Amino acid sequence: MDQSTPTTGQPAADETVDAPTSDRVLGAPLVELNHVNKHFGELHVLQDIDLTVHKGEVLVVIGPSGSGKSTLCRAINRLETIDDGSIAVDGKTLPEEGKALAQLRAEVGMVFQSFNLFAHKTVLDNVTLGPRKVRGMSKKDAEELARTLLDRVGVGNQAGKMPAQLSGGQQQRVAIARALAMQPKVMLFDEPTSALDPEMVNEVLDVMVALAEEGMTMIVVTHEMGFARKAAHRVVFMADGQIVEEAPPEEFFTAPKSERARDFLSKILTH
Amino acid sequence: MNDYLSGLGSLVERYDVLGAFWTNIQLTFWGALIALVLGTVLALMRISPIASLRWVGATYVNILRNTPLTIIMTFMVMGVWTALQLQLADTFESNFFRLAVVGLAVYHAAFVCESIRSGVNTVPLGQAEAARAIGLSFLPAARLIILPQAFRGAIAPLGNTLIALLKNSTVAAAASVSWETASTMKTMIEFNPNYLWGIFAMFALGYVILVIPIGVLTTWLSQRLAVQR
Repeated sequence: MDQSTPTTGQPAADETVDAPTSDRVLGAPLVELNHVNKHFGELHVLQDIDLTVHKGEVLVVIGPSGSGKSTLCRAINRLETIDDGSIAVDGKTLPEEGKALAQLRAEVGMVFQSFNLFAHKTVLDNVTLGPRKVRGMSKKDAEELARTLLDRVGVGNQAGKMPAQLSGGQQQRVAIARALAMQPKVMLFDEPTSALDPEMVNEVLDVMVALAEEGMTMIVVTHEMGFARKAAHRVVFMADGQIVEEAPPEEFFTAPKSERARDFLSKILTH
Repeated sequence: MNDYLSGLGSLVERYDVLGAFWTNIQLTFWGALIALVLGTVLALMRISPIASLRWVGATYVNILRNTPLTIIMTFMVMGVWTALQLQLADTFESNFFRLAVVGLAVYHAAFVCESIRSGVNTVPLGQAEAARAIGLSFLPAARLIILPQAFRGAIAPLGNTLIALLKNSTVAAAASVSWETASTMKTMIEFNPNYLWGIFAMFALGYVILVIPIGVLTTWLSQRLAVQR
C-alpha cells in the first residue's frame, strides 16, 4: 500500500517501525494550543483545539480539505486570528499585534504552499532581508549566512536570480532557506508541496527530512504519507475543525482508530 | 500665410508664451512632487491596520477627489490667503504660485493615493503574509515589500494622474497665477482677435507635445519595471 506514495526510497512498512515518539526524548513544550476556537462566519473551523508540540518534535497534520488544518498552521503565527483560547510559543502567549507580535513571528518560520518569495528581490536578497531588517545583522554576515543556507538547500548557484526564473521546487527551497535564516525555534509548513509539479516534490521533501533529522521542531500540514512515515513523530488527523485522532505515523497509517480517518485514508490510498 | 506666421511668431515673443509654458511645467513639477508624497502617505493610511487612519484616508480622498479643482484653487486665494492671511512667500507672484502648487497637490494627492492603492491590489496577499511571517511589522513590510511592487504596478495610472495634473495646472489661473498658459492665451486672443485660430492651435499643440512623451514614457516604464511572477 505504501509503495503507492510518491516519496523517495521508502523502506517497507515493517522496517520503519522505529516509532520515533517512543525511543526519543522530547524536549519541553514549545508550541501550546489551549481551547482554540475560530469561526469563519457560520463555519466553526477550529473547534476547541488542544495541542502541544515539544522541542524537536516533527508533527504532521493531515486531513481532508476544509478540515481546518491550514487555519491551525496559520494561527500559530497569527496570520489567522483566533476567537478564543490561547496559543503560546516557547512559553510566551501570542501577542495581539505590534512589535511583540512581529518579534514572535521572527522566531516562527513559515513556509507557504505558494512559496511567496518576494517577487521584486533576488534569491539572495529574499534570504538576507529578514536577518538584516529584523535582526539588524550586517550585510556581509547576512550574505554569508544566506549563502550557507542556500547551499544547504541546494540552490546556492541561483543566488543572483529573481524568483520567477526558478522552478517551483527551487523557489520552495529558497523559501525554506529564507525561513531558516531567522533561526526560528519552530518551522511551520503549510502544504509545502501541494503547488509543485510531481517531479519537484522530492527535492523539497528531502530538504525537510534533513531538517527533521537535525532536530528542528516542525509542524507540517501535508498529504505526503512518505514524509510522515519517514520523518514525523506524530500524526494529527483533523476533520471538520476537530482533532479526531493522533498517533505515531506507523500506527495511524496501518491501524487508524476512527472511522473518519479510515475513510480518509482509504480515499487517498486506493489509487 | 507667411505674414500670418511671422505675426504669430512676434506675438509668441511679446507675450512670452514659452515662459507661460515653463510656469505650467513648474506648477506641475512641484504639484506632482508634493502630491506623490502626500498620496503615498494617504495610501499607507488606507491600507494600514488602524481603523481610524483608514477612515481619515478614505475621508480625505472622497472629499478632495469630488471637489472641483477651480473651487480648491479659489479657496487657496480667497480662503487661505485672504481670509486666513496665510502667506507662503514674500513676493506677490511667488505667493500665488505656491498657493496654486498646494491647491494642485492636495487635489491630485487623492488621485495619486487611489493609483497607488490600485498598485497595491496587484501585489498578491502572500507577499504581505511572507513579510509578516519573517517578523516585519506594518511600516517596514510596506516600505520594503508592498510599496516597491505597488509602485511598479501603479506606473500607468500614476502617469495618467500626471497628465491630468499638467493640464489641470492651467486652473492655477483661478489662484491668480495670471502668467500661466491659459491666462496668457486669453489675453493674447483678447488683444489680437485676428490671430484667434493660430493662438488656439499653438497652445493646444504645446500641450500635446508636452503630454505625449509622458504617456510613451510611462507605458514603456510600466512594461519594463513590471514585477515578474
